[in-house]
Amino acid sequence: MLPDHDLADADHEHPHPHTDPAGTLPRTPGRALRIGIGGPVGSGKTALVAALCRALGSEVDLAVVTNDIYTTEDADFLLRNGVLPEQRVRAVETGCCPHTAIRDDISANLEALEDLEESLPGVELLLVESGGDNLTATFSRGLVHHQIYVIDVAGGDKVPRKGGPGVTRADLLVINKTDLADRVGADLSVMDRDARAQRGELPTIFLSLTEDPTAAPVAAWVRACLASSRE
Amino acid sequence: MAGTGAAEATGADAAAALLLLSDGRLPAGGHAHSGGLEATVAAGRVHDVASLEGFLRGRAATSGTVAAAFAAAACARVIRGEVADLGTLDAELDARMPSPALRATSRKLGRQLLRAVRVIRPHPCWDEIGTSPHHPLVLGAACAAAGLPPRAAALAAVHDAVVGPATAAVRLLGLDPFATHAALARLGPMLDRIAADADSCAVGDPADLPADSAPLLDLAAEQHATWEVRLFAS
Amino acid sequence: MRARAELATDYIQRTDGRGRSRITTLRSESPLMLRPTFPKGPEPWTDGAANVARVCLAAGAAGPVGGDELVLRVDVGRDSTLVLRDVSATLLLPGPGGEQSSTRVTVHVCSGATLVWIPEPVIAAHGCRHRSDIRVDLDPGARLLLREELLLGRHRESPGTVYQHLRVRLDGRPLLNQQLSVGPGAPGWGSPAVTGGRRALGTLLVVDPRWSDDPPPAAALDGDSAVLPLNGPAALVSAVATDNLSLRRSLDVGLDRLTG
Repeated sequence: MLPDHDLADADHEHPHPHTDPAGTLPRTPGRALRIGIGGPVGSGKTALVAALCRALGSEVDLAVVTNDIYTTEDADFLLRNGVLPEQRVRAVETGCCPHTAIRDDISANLEALEDLEESLPGVELLLVESGGDNLTATFSRGLVHHQIYVIDVAGGDKVPRKGGPGVTRADLLVINKTDLADRVGADLSVMDRDARAQRGELPTIFLSLTEDPTAAPVAAWVRACLASSRE
Repeated sequence: MAGTGAAEATGADAAAALLLLSDGRLPAGGHAHSGGLEATVAAGRVHDVASLEGFLRGRAATSGTVAAAFAAAACARVIRGEVADLGTLDAELDARMPSPALRATSRKLGRQLLRAVRVIRPHPCWDEIGTSPHHPLVLGAACAAAGLPPRAAALAAVHDAVVGPATAAVRLLGLDPFATHAALARLGPMLDRIAADADSCAVGDPADLPADSAPLLDLAAEQHATWEVRLFAS
Repeated sequence: MRARAELATDYIQRTDGRGRSRITTLRSESPLMLRPTFPKGPEPWTDGAANVARVCLAAGAAGPVGGDELVLRVDVGRDSTLVLRDVSATLLLPGPGGEQSSTRVTVHVCSGATLVWIPEPVIAAHGCRHRSDIRVDLDPGARLLLREELLLGRHRESPGTVYQHLRVRLDGRPLLNQQLSVGPGAPGWGSPAVTGGRRALGTLLVVDPRWSDDPPPAAALDGDSAVLPLNGPAALVSAVATDNLSLRRSLDVGLDRLTG
């Protein structure tokens, strides 16, 4: 039999961490909005993070936690492309299991996020980049408020149809490298149709970071998330 | 008395609590730590199941024994309501870890376990234990909070000391997971004996707790800390 | 054989301001023989200075042998400086009936005092069974330099069992507590986590109040040695090696880092 308080909880009207399917991590006033960026290897997560830093860096106080295998080369990439100083990037080692660190055992990522919040008191936006993983990897709702899932056309135009929790449930699906579609024989209209079928009302953005190095539509989506979280 | 049956791993409710706390799926950060194995593999000292078993045996006899003793001691203090004594244990444990990388790892894992058990097992001691306690102390306190005796805490600690590196070896070297678990099974009697020894000194003077050292684990930890790219956090 | 030896120093201030350290107690008991001595070889910190107390320890021609119980007490009085060395390496040998031998050393270093204790290597011969226990109590402001070297067996020989325990307290609080167990009586000692088949193991502990609580940074000198800053004004050099010469070289590199 369920204890009484569980029954009482079911009648709550406010969003509850275990019942609200959308954004379940409660927003604490004055604390940063956390957005996860996941997706398979090579789909362009790091490039998207860099683009967002470039687009938003001058207007939003932001920092990044990366779960990817992180080298000084990656740091240089962010430094060069996103004007993100070293103290605004934390790397989390995942013990060869990137999906575990963002979903099943989020404790190391929570440590890194709180560490950034402590060292950067005014930080408004925290981006959590997952390590490259398979289509089944998504972020825990205990770790981030929203998540972006990045796939690319070179991975094949069947990926949206395959689904997986990242494609079907991410708050935003980004289909990257559209400039390569012709060369890899990917049909964007098929991808669009399949994504709509899988995602219902959830938004999908087609993107080419080579043509739009500031990822303008994604940056706009992030701005909207920040604005609604400030309400 | 709550949990005395679990000391023989035969108790009912408390034995379930022990399984929960010692499960590798406990969300407390352990999955990303190799217990020195990643650096040892890189140095070529572990390359197959036999050398892994040797590594685990050495780890159990040294840092595993110390962790077991301190987990048992912390558990006993919390059971007796002597939470203030955890500070003494913390300082004694620092003195047993000359490697600053290992001290930092132990405190990091302690913080992560504390984050988990605060929710899993609410207990007044979580507000008194400090913000960055060593991992074995949090584990011992968590066992006490779950109604488990010091011996169970010791067993959980020494189990943790070998299971983490064994799992890391499967991931890093692609070792046969059955053969790896067979090696863990062979260590069972040794782990039980270490837990029993830890239990027998749980309430004594903290200065007299075991201090077994492993020079190569210290050196591996410091080497690992200098790497540019690590798959495991330690 | 049981033997108890004792050694103490103090510091006398002269009117011209040039004080010196003086040996106030020097009690030997065979085979534990203490002798005042002159500077011998390189000396960290004291560098052959004439106003320093120097003592050499001889633990007999061979041994300790199984069954021996040797006890040494060292008291370094306020502001005095003592350099304590060995005449030669110590060879641990089995007793006729497999008994355990033991050495127990208790050290107290007073405020403002310095102990430089650089013994020669201890060699664990095949079949030996030995327990070494060193307890050091440091008053606030005391300086310590302590080297320990252990060789596992003579040439091409597997070692006996040795338990080494070093406990150092500073102002009553634990600073370093390390036990090392090797040989047939110590499960897992040859493990790739513990000695990994290396035949020479050593540490060099430096406690220097000038560091306050900020000792030199950690440094992995190579795969086989490292400088480990402790939680306090102290650092440990830890090294493993294939032989005593390369062990000494590694410890000397660490020594230079910490005292140079």
